[in-house]
Amino acid sequence: MSVAVIFQATSFSVWVLTLAGITDNFWFALTRMISATPAIELIGIDKRFGAVHANNNVSLSIAKASIHGIIGENGAGKSTLMSILFGFYAADKGEIKVQGKPVRIKSSTDAIHLGIGMVHQHFMLVDPFTVLENVVLGSEGGALIGPALAKARAELKHLADEYELDVDPDAIVGELPVGLQQRVEILKALYKGADILILDEPTGVLTPDEADHLFRILRQLRDQGKTVILITHKLREIMAITDRVSVMRRGEMVATKETARTSVEELAELMVGRRVLLHVEKSAARPGEVVLDVRNVLWRDRKGTPRVDGVSLQVRKGEIVGIAGVSGNGQSELLDVITGIAKANSGQVIFKGEDITTLHDPAILRQRGMAHVPEDRQHRGLITSFSAAESAILGWQNNPKLGRSFHLNRAAVLSQCQKQMEEFDVRPANPLLKSSKFSGGNQQKLILAREIGSNPDLLIVGQPTRGVDIGAIEFIHKRLIQLRDEGKAILLVSVELDEIRSLSDRILVMFSGRIMGELEATADERECGLLMAGIAREAA
Amino acid sequence: MDLSIFLEILSSTIRMSVPLILACLAGLWSERSGIVDIGLEGKMLAGAFAAAAAASYFQNAWMGLLFAMLVAVAMSLVHGYASITQRGNQVVSGVAINMLAAGLTVVIGNSWYKQGGRTPALDELTRFTPLDFPGRESLFAIPVFGPVSKILLDHSILTYVAFAMVPLSAWALAKTRFGLRLRAVGENPHAVDTAGISVSRLRYQAVIIAGILCGIAGAYLSTSLSASFVRDMTAGRGYLALTALIFANWRAWPSLYACLLFGFLQAIANFMQGVKLFGFEIPVQIFNSLPYVMTVILLAGFIGKSIPPRASGIPYTKDR
Amino acid sequence: MSQRGELPTWVDVGLIPLLNLAIALFISGLVVVIIGENPLQALGIMLHGAVGSLKGWSYMFYYATNFIFTGLAVAVAFHAGLFNIGGDGQAYVAGLGAAIPGLLLGGALSSVLPGSISQPVTLLAALAGSIAIGAFYGWVPGYLQAKRGSHIVITTIMFNFIASSLMIYLINNVFRPVGKMAVESRAIDDAYILNFRELGRLVGMKLPSSPLNPVVLLAMLAAFLVWYLLWRTKLGFELRAVGANSDAAVYAGISPSRIIMIAMALSGGLAGLVAFNEILGVQHRLLLDFVGGAGFVGIAVALMGRSHPLGIVLSALLFGLLYQGGTELSFAIQTISRDMIVVIQGLVILFMGALEDAFRPSLSALFFKVED
Repeated sequence: MSVAVIFQATSFSVWVLTLAGITDNFWFALTRMISATPAIELIGIDKRFGAVHANNNVSLSIAKASIHGIIGENGAGKSTLMSILFGFYAADKGEIKVQGKPVRIKSSTDAIHLGIGMVHQHFMLVDPFTVLENVVLGSEGGALIGPALAKARAELKHLADEYELDVDPDAIVGELPVGLQQRVEILKALYKGADILILDEPTGVLTPDEADHLFRILRQLRDQGKTVILITHKLREIMAITDRVSVMRRGEMVATKETARTSVEELAELMVGRRVLLHVEKSAARPGEVVLDVRNVLWRDRKGTPRVDGVSLQVRKGEIVGIAGVSGNGQSELLDVITGIAKANSGQVIFKGEDITTLHDPAILRQRGMAHVPEDRQHRGLITSFSAAESAILGWQNNPKLGRSFHLNRAAVLSQCQKQMEEFDVRPANPLLKSSKFSGGNQQKLILAREIGSNPDLLIVGQPTRGVDIGAIEFIHKRLIQLRDEGKAILLVSVELDEIRSLSDRILVMFSGRIMGELEATADERECGLLMAGIAREAA
Repeated sequence: MDLSIFLEILSSTIRMSVPLILACLAGLWSERSGIVDIGLEGKMLAGAFAAAAAASYFQNAWMGLLFAMLVAVAMSLVHGYASITQRGNQVVSGVAINMLAAGLTVVIGNSWYKQGGRTPALDELTRFTPLDFPGRESLFAIPVFGPVSKILLDHSILTYVAFAMVPLSAWALAKTRFGLRLRAVGENPHAVDTAGISVSRLRYQAVIIAGILCGIAGAYLSTSLSASFVRDMTAGRGYLALTALIFANWRAWPSLYACLLFGFLQAIANFMQGVKLFGFEIPVQIFNSLPYVMTVILLAGFIGKSIPPRASGIPYTKDR
Repeated sequence: MSQRGELPTWVDVGLIPLLNLAIALFISGLVVVIIGENPLQALGIMLHGAVGSLKGWSYMFYYATNFIFTGLAVAVAFHAGLFNIGGDGQAYVAGLGAAIPGLLLGGALSSVLPGSISQPVTLLAALAGSIAIGAFYGWVPGYLQAKRGSHIVITTIMFNFIASSLMIYLINNVFRPVGKMAVESRAIDDAYILNFRELGRLVGMKLPSSPLNPVVLLAMLAAFLVWYLLWRTKLGFELRAVGANSDAAVYAGISPSRIIMIAMALSGGLAGLVAFNEILGVQHRLLLDFVGGAGFVGIAVALMGRSHPLGIVLSALLFGLLYQGGTELSFAIQTISRDMIVVIQGLVILFMGALEDAFRPSLSALFFKVED
């Protein structure tokens, strides 16, 4: 009898725990139950940057002593939300409560006083300073820094013992590897008394080992009662260490889930969203000979981290090859290597049968028939202070059609631009207007007109419709298909999965500098999502 | 060349170094906070004029010093307003400051004193003269030791202020909260901002310090080294100080050594006019241009490397 | 940068420069008041001194000649995103290129060839020499920035001082004839440019004496050529692209380091033309400090003229007016020194260059309020 009661009571409590989404850590469940007031509540946060609605009526509640993930694609509004919480931007509307109390956070000072600490994506460290100096900056205590440094030294030792946060206090920060620099950022926040720690894309710069170490630290912090907010676009991390996860998409909070009760597939779907499928009429591709052959290309950034890590791909005449992936996974760097802006560390790039790996000259590649619509329209694709007509010859300024030898024939430049504007329906069709005065869609059409107008054999297109209105999207898509049907080779990079799926004949998914796999154009969206999240197919 | 000339050169080195040291430290404070200061020359020049004019008006050297600092700080604030508040081009603002000072000192001086920009000559009582201490003359009269000690002891109070500023600046930058924050803001203002410290406030404080130091440098020129202001009396010393700062890689103690070296070159140039060495007349211009030539070579990375504070010259905006 | 949208072009190129000039003049007026004179009277004297007589006009154009060259020099570098403070030094060193052909070639050629051939040849050599040496002296800092990463501002400042030492040495020790007291070369009397007064005399016209000579036409031509280069040639396009957005330029296959070196050479070459004007058109000898700060005036001229050749010609004339008027003013009112112009110059640079955006927000607010 009594045994049965006990048994029943135990199973009941297990049931309660399961309901709360906790199965593994009893102590965690206990602290959770004790502290019912959320550490942070955001209610109806709204923020616009000009035309961009970065946060649209976002509400979020974060439990004390938990690790809460916020996931979403680049530009989903995660960082903006956290910047508002840390006092970097003021919200247009909405309320913030910290430990149950309504607060106004007007500056990072306010946030620090409320016990909020932030580890920024780009570290806020003073490189030539020692670890200690970085830690005490802003909380020196007195006019002389000697006592503060001594105090910090002791405190750092204590934190190191408690959380596996070992760093040599006298090391020069700029000389430390990024993993340790990040630890310094965490130490800074803890030294200032942070109870709530926000980490913005903390693993982007870390090796897998360093990331594992970071996660151990974060778990210990949680177990000691700290609240951790983790912003990321990596699903694997979310599954690995968070207790709850909120998904953001296009400035809105889409869902909040118990991590244990959701799946990678569900999150991927929530992140990408079920968008209205863009319908592009297209016939089957008739691929011809190989135009671009990329063989095992490796490219390292200045710090030596491989950003493009052994990529191989081919693009044939008459096909569109799409590269899908969450932005920041090496697509931009790959495009730079192919177009001659950057030089590969190893591997080969072969264009129309010629090895162009060491050529490193976008101008010559253009002459040989490689056109390039860059990902970043505003900073690369055109020069905003130039007239449309001038932006419309950027990269092609040495074309003999535009004037003999050194002369640049203005009439030819203007008439060419006028013609392109008409053909690509750029509005207003005024070649003399400053490039900055056109809408995003019209700027993009201008660039497309320029690049397609040169009658290239290969067109490299990055984010063709980012920030472009619906009408222009349709137009741009049609032109790309048309170009394919004319027998040109097209390499398309986009973070919009729909765009990739509706335009491409073959899809390559890029993750962390590598090609995760190749899919048919008809591939399932979820399958793409998994690859984009860095989870290889079981078959592979 | 006998020993007395050599001692003279050493003594002159000290005198030539003083304005360089002060202006160089002014540049150090400003640039370590991230504000490029091409206007050292102008602030020093304005300070020199203010010192001479005020010293002659009040018949008091200290009033001269006070006004020199006030005027130089005022010019610093103009530079600060342009570069910190308005986020303007710091180099352009510095060039403007130099022209304003060059023009205003002569225009005002000419209208007040009608001597082509020169101010009335100051007598011994209204300028900073070499310190008088008990036993001075008898000390200097001691053979050998006397002349040697004269190199170090025959200077005005401002000289010792200038030399004292070196350890003071080094200490303040390294050991105080203000120094820590100031160094941080010149390297990464974002880090300072996120730590809850005002970037503008720190930078204004830095340019004010630069103004004070330039003011002292100016006062030294017109009320200690000479006894009146003459047009363009800084004669490129502000730029030379800037050069010394680069040469010293934006550090306090090396600034002192660079300024002493450049001061020594100036002193030699003054004494070498027409002096033959081993039958050759060494052109003075070699000594005059050596600091600049060395700095160009240094900047180009042919010998060592001089790296400015990372955020210097870049106006601070929150978004990155 | 304004958040409410961009101001119309006429405000940008017309109103803002005029407003800044007005403020600069107003503050200068205050200085005149402080020194106890009547600013309106001073302005009247200046205007009369510059445009009240043919002589005044001549001087104004003479000053403007140098300012056009240095203004263009600063502007070409500006368009490539570079701030060339070294115009003074480049012009000074270019004096060698101007003087040496005149001193050596002139005499040598005239002994074997008739004057009608030897003189133009000498002048052309001097023209080429001025441009070449100025260009070289600008190219070196450009090279150091492009290939060695030294900052152009610092290097050009250093180069000004190095130029000064070098020229003092050379003029004193090499060019000065033995036994002559004045630190200058012997007169260049075989081949120099006749000024307009001398030219007028040839055709029987009586013109006032002034240093104005046909080089002023060369300045106008240079302005046209710079305009043509920047807006009508492929090189100019590439140069402006690097200055406006070096990332976009790299995307377009333009090498910024190549453009930096070319722009600095062009800039130095233009500054070098000051030497041609001063040495062969005015002084007829190589002498100390013949540049007289024209390189720095060029900064004000370029800022005021919005780095456009037409604007530069106009603002060079304005500064010519200020220089000529200022000289007359200092004669008329003894208490106002000619250095008043330097003050105005400084104010123009301060307002046009460093504080140019100070009025923008309020102007912008005003403008859009009116439009709404």
